[in-house]
Amino acid sequence: MDVLACLKRVPETGAKIVLTEDQQDIDTTNLGFTMSPHEECGIEEAVQIAEETGGSATALTLGGEEAKEQVRTALAMQADDGVLLEKDGAEWDPQNVAAAIANYIEDRMAEDGFDLLVFGNESADAGNYQVGVRVAEQLDLPIVTSIKDLEVNEEAGTVTAEREVGGGSEVYELDLPAVVAVKEGLNEPRYASMRARMRARKQTVESVPVEKEHEAGLEKVRLETPEKDEGTAEILGEGPEAVPEIMRVLRELEVL
Amino acid sequence: MILTFVEHEAGVPEDTTLEALTFARDVADQTDSAIEAVVFGDEGPAVADEVGAYGVGAVHAVSHPDLDTYAPEAWGESVSQLVDELSPEAVIAPGSDRGHEVLAHTAAKRDLAMAANCLEVEAGDSYELTRQRWGGTLLEHARLSGETKLLSAAPNEISAEPADDGGEAAVQEFEPDLEESDLRVQISSIEESDEEGIPLGEARTVVSGGRGVGSPEGFDKLEELADLLDAAIGSSRAAVNEGWRSHDDQIGQTGTKISPKLYIPCGISGAVQHMVGCKGAENIMAINTDPEAAIIQKAEYAVIGDLHEVVPELNEAIREETGQ
Ligand SMILES: Cc1cc2nc3c(=O)[nH]c(=O)nc-3n(C[C@@H](O)[C@H](O)[C@H](O)COP(=O)(O)OP(=O)(O)OC[C@H]3O[C@@H](n4cnc5c(N)ncnc54)[C@H](O)[C@@H]3O)c2cc1C
Ligand SMILES: Cc1cc2nc3c(=O)[nH]c(=O)nc-3n(C[C@H](O)[C@H](O)[C@H](O)COP(=O)(O)OP(=O)(O)OC[C@H]3O[C@@H](n4cnc5c(N)ncnc54)[C@H](O)[C@@H]3O)c2cc1C
Repeated sequence: MDVLACLKRVPETGAKIVLTEDQQDIDTTNLGFTMSPHEECGIEEAVQIAEETGGSATALTLGGEEAKEQVRTALAMQADDGVLLEKDGAEWDPQNVAAAIANYIEDRMAEDGFDLLVFGNESADAGNYQVGVRVAEQLDLPIVTSIKDLEVNEEAGTVTAEREVGGGSEVYELDLPAVVAVKEGLNEPRYASMRARMRARKQTVESVPVEKEHEAGLEKVRLETPEKDEGTAEILGEGPEAVPEIMRVLRELEVL
Repeated sequence: MILTFVEHEAGVPEDTTLEALTFARDVADQTDSAIEAVVFGDEGPAVADEVGAYGVGAVHAVSHPDLDTYAPEAWGESVSQLVDELSPEAVIAPGSDRGHEVLAHTAAKRDLAMAANCLEVEAGDSYELTRQRWGGTLLEHARLSGETKLLSAAPNEISAEPADDGGEAAVQEFEPDLEESDLRVQISSIEESDEEGIPLGEARTVVSGGRGVGSPEGFDKLEELADLLDAAIGSSRAAVNEGWRSHDDQIGQTGTKISPKLYIPCGISGAVQHMVGCKGAENIMAINTDPEAAIIQKAEYAVIGDLHEVVPELNEAIREETGQ
């Protein structure tokens, strides 16, 4: 089976998010970049399915030239091919992102195509919960989101997908080709070895230029860090000497 | 008119739906519109009894002979047909798995923009809104345009309140025109979980550990503390990545969101993606060797010290006091 996994380059924020002066972006001067844990699981799943079925796993991102770094992470995790849908300038809205990804897949579907498309449930940063659904709708493929368990049955041409709900899970069965939007916990993504990363650096990432199709219906105006009341912690003590104080608080909060 | 997507369990609306209705009422007030609701399942009338109090005037109860369980695309198509018929000003859904999934289908079918996890709206020709990014760590001020505005209300952020002038909602049946392809995805079965103990998301006390715990065995002391306090056990993503804990234990942006009375993170630094998972906690008591750790700034109480020394002594003290 041939599987495509879509990922998005995002800054690796730590204990605090700092914005640029114009409040348009996260200040990434001192930050590295990564992708969502959901998407890491998406790549792992694609690679596992490709390995089990003797197929291929392709990693795709839409972004600037620099987003090749995250595609290479996917290659180091044993994805076979990498694709960059290259756009210039500012970030795109979800409708345009989905249209560009779907157009690319449509072209590929005319050739050998993909049997399964894997998206993250929501991106780490913007979190609009929709790119996968929009792509599936444009391609007229079945999709289910919030998936934490996946099993393909190549012979039957189906995929069984589970979504966690309070007290259990809902099971869905989709005919292939299909689309799924997945969550972290789906699998345990492999650790890319140094050697795999070195090799990935030399692999080519196909670059396809893309253009915006329509006006953005959702536009970012500016970002804001929510206010927090910080620095109010009552220090209960150092080391085991703090235990009597901890006990007092446990009593006060009635959790004993 | 503002059309709200109602999620319910046997006729009782979910909390996130009541929040979405409260949010919808604000948009309705600003635009001088009525609020109506779309409900799937046979319990339309029961739901109408509940949502009338939130200002809903009419409930559109969707039924179709082939629609007897959750089917995301068919539900999204039904909402889309209701939009055709009723021309609402906006469609508002709860920011839940189903809310996002159904709304995204409707958005794609109608080629409309959609804004997820909104907190506030200033409604005009276009909507100036505030929405969550990074799981709520960051706020985005955005502009949403389009003939019908599609938005979801961020869960657990808006306090659900009945309307002052709530009343009774009328029930109107709606039978969508569905094709076979709309019904290709639906629940085929439901599996019950065999997990025992208190679910992390609902626990009143939560004890958790991060990279500072150092090993899978290191968690034994924390398990013991959790037992003594009748608490659930959680972890940071670092502890999951190390293979010490399963992802079910992970608290944070891509894990479980908790809202206990007391949260006790041990050996966790307090990264923003972790903190969004526990911002519902009333009190945080952090145990950490590093007085500069971000979690100390975000906690109500802090113990500066090695968890491997503090926790066993604490367990002993609790045992003595409670006779366990
Ligand atoms: C004017 C404007 C400025 C913006 N500026 C910024 C900015 O400065 N910083 C910022 O972080 N965002 C910015 N955005 C948001 C924009 O980049 C969205 O992230 C994008 O539209 C996709 O939506 P999403 O990430 O919410 O998708 P979701 O629907 O949440 O994503 C779900 C899944 O879709 C896939 N996916 C999403 N995006 C891509 C992609 N680019 N390539 C491959 N797969 C993808 C992934 O598998 C992902 O897990 C801006 C948007 C606009 C309109
Ligand atoms: C998109 C995205 C999503 C993410 N989602 C999540 C998520 O859902 N949940 C999550 O947790 N993380 C998430 N992360 C990861 C997050 O950014 C952090 O990397 C992670 O939370 C760090 O875990 P930690 O605090 O256990 O480890 P560290 O940051 O390494 O902190 C360890 C802490 O332990 C202390 N310590 C060490 N030894 C001891 C000792 N003996 N006694 C007491 N204290 C000690 C140290 O002082 C330090 O503060 C996400 C990241 C990204 C990019």
